[in-house]
Amino acid sequence: MALGTIGGDGRTTARVEQEIFSRGRDLKGSSFKTLMFSALGVSILVLVVLIVDVLVDGWPVLTTRLGGFISGTLRSQSTDELLGISQGLAGSLWIAIFVILLSFPIGIASAIYLEEYATQGRLTSAIDIAIRNLAGVPSVVYGLLGLFLFVTTNNGESTLFAGGITLAILVLPIVVITSAEAIRAVPSSLKQGAYGVGATKWDVIRTQVLPFAAPGIFTGTLLSLSRAIGEAAPLILVGAITDRLAPRDRSIFSPEQLDDRFTAMPIVIVGWVQEAARDVGFAAAAGAAIVVLLVVVIAMNSVAVMLRSYFEKKRG
Amino acid sequence: MADIGIESQPILPLRGISIEALASPARRARKEAAIRFIFLLAALVSIAISLLIVLSLVREASVFAFNIDWRQTWGQIGWFPRQGVYDMPTVLVSSLIVTGVAMLVAGPLGLGSAIYLSEYASRRTRGILKPVLEILAGVPSVVLGFFALFFLSPQVVERLGRNGWLVIGAVLVIAYIAIVASWMRKLIKREIDTPLSTQLVRVAALTFSVAFGLILIWWVLRVAGPSDVDNGLPFVKRGGQLAAAAVGVGILTIPLVASVSEDALASVPQELRQASAGLGARKITTTIQVVLPAAVSGIVAAFIIGVSRALGETMVVFMAGGAADAARFTDSPFEGGLTMTAAMASLATGTDNVVGEGLTFQSLYFVGFVLFVLTLGLNIIAGRFVNRVREKY
Repeated sequence: MALGTIGGDGRTTARVEQEIFSRGRDLKGSSFKTLMFSALGVSILVLVVLIVDVLVDGWPVLTTRLGGFISGTLRSQSTDELLGISQGLAGSLWIAIFVILLSFPIGIASAIYLEEYATQGRLTSAIDIAIRNLAGVPSVVYGLLGLFLFVTTNNGESTLFAGGITLAILVLPIVVITSAEAIRAVPSSLKQGAYGVGATKWDVIRTQVLPFAAPGIFTGTLLSLSRAIGEAAPLILVGAITDRLAPRDRSIFSPEQLDDRFTAMPIVIVGWVQEAARDVGFAAAAGAAIVVLLVVVIAMNSVAVMLRSYFEKKRG
Repeated sequence: MADIGIESQPILPLRGISIEALASPARRARKEAAIRFIFLLAALVSIAISLLIVLSLVREASVFAFNIDWRQTWGQIGWFPRQGVYDMPTVLVSSLIVTGVAMLVAGPLGLGSAIYLSEYASRRTRGILKPVLEILAGVPSVVLGFFALFFLSPQVVERLGRNGWLVIGAVLVIAYIAIVASWMRKLIKREIDTPLSTQLVRVAALTFSVAFGLILIWWVLRVAGPSDVDNGLPFVKRGGQLAAAAVGVGILTIPLVASVSEDALASVPQELRQASAGLGARKITTTIQVVLPAAVSGIVAAFIIGVSRALGETMVVFMAGGAADAARFTDSPFEGGLTMTAAMASLATGTDNVVGEGLTFQSLYFVGFVLFVLTLGLNIIAGRFVNRVREKY
């Protein structure tokens, strides 16, 4: 019986003919296409609504006192003239420095090892499994690691140093995976050409592999940096300050604050959102802080995405 | 020497290679080995981090497990860490609700976006719309927390109300029944003379599906009913509720589901589409009957990775989940609650110092350990599915 349909009774033939000749009025097909497009449309619409909502909420602060907002500090009243995000900006800047100094070199070096040096074996597959699984660990668990490693060993004092290293660890697998992808895309003819004129492995990596993979590596590192700047959960666990941080008279670059309590842009936002339950004015401040954070993060992501598509096009 | 031209006219830009270097291979080999060792050390950092994560979780979680009175972790009225009550079902059910609702948002929207981008969009449209989706992927979770609390909760969830929920619930139930029915029809249609064991498995699957459907209907009706009366326990309420937070988490998960599913769709060989078109199939038939079944492992992987991501999302629920510090047990998305992750974040901010205070510090690691095991398991399963796609094509 199962074969009966293939044998071709009149019904099947008619159906096939209908399928072939009713091209112009494919209602089912076009409504499916519209449905799929609307899924994408809704996702993009949500992004637009989100940006508009944040802009509307933050507008009063952004337009009346942007300069003071950027140089101000955490305060207990939303009407305080000195309310602002300078401490958050300083914390995020330092976190970025930690990521650049720790995750980038270690991540790129691991990627080089995995793609250029590693031979198949237990060690390589262990490294591979470790990196893959680390990439899927929820960020809050990295916060637990940071708490365990740096805060409990420091008499429960949370420091910027602990927060910075925790986030550097968090983005390390992203740097490794994206850099490894970029290195894998280097054509082997380039490498073989270099070997052919007597280059050693390190010469090949230095003069051929890295320059070719640079745009891809740069894209990956930029994405990981923006991820680190936007991340809040691990910092909350490590003990970033959500309420108030005594303003100190020093430059944001002074390294002595590494041993001090700290906050960061996303943490400032969380704190103000919580304060908004008590003092509604903080919602506007949080909105304005989000606009500042989003401008930085979206700018970094856009540069990364554009750079990638530019090089994808150039190299066909 | 000059006519070899290595020193005077390098063929490739290989700075640092000289005749002298080539002539002393021992020194070169030593240098190469040293460089290799440095790179190996960098690669070992990841293993060290993995071990440290497992070590820290297991160490503190085991302290919790050995010292806690287990009656405090099951069947209690809620999650009240300051009173020493760590009711796991409270945080597990909240996590389940948030993850489930988030996937109801992210699953269809992510997969739909992927199908459009991969099968329908022209090169130009794709070039414009895909980066927009990638920008959504880069939005920090605190921003979604703010959006969920100040927009989704008052403008979407609270406006929805009881009737809106009943409509959504009805759609859910009908969709579920339709999926199960079409699946059963396919099973019955295909082969008549199946072995008994397979048929038993099918009967079991059918029973399970029907039972799950009944639970789904019961839950939809229960959530639509009046909520429990406050029991007077110290229950710090904030704005927001699990549903708003869950939709926020869902929005965060859309780009992830979309990009993994799109990779799966893109890995389906073009020949399959051409063969289908050659047989006279329309685009929709090709997409639904040929491309989607061929990419099904990758799509399943996308959903599992999405679930894992939603389960681990912290800030959105912490900010907009409607509960601080403590939460009563609830199975309704329209009440405040703490997921596993939000409970951890609350513990860490509740006092200036999590260290001390009985077992609160250790409970953090216990919850973290449960979360770690769950997400790791999901990621490993997802990895298997992704590998299946790779092997197939």
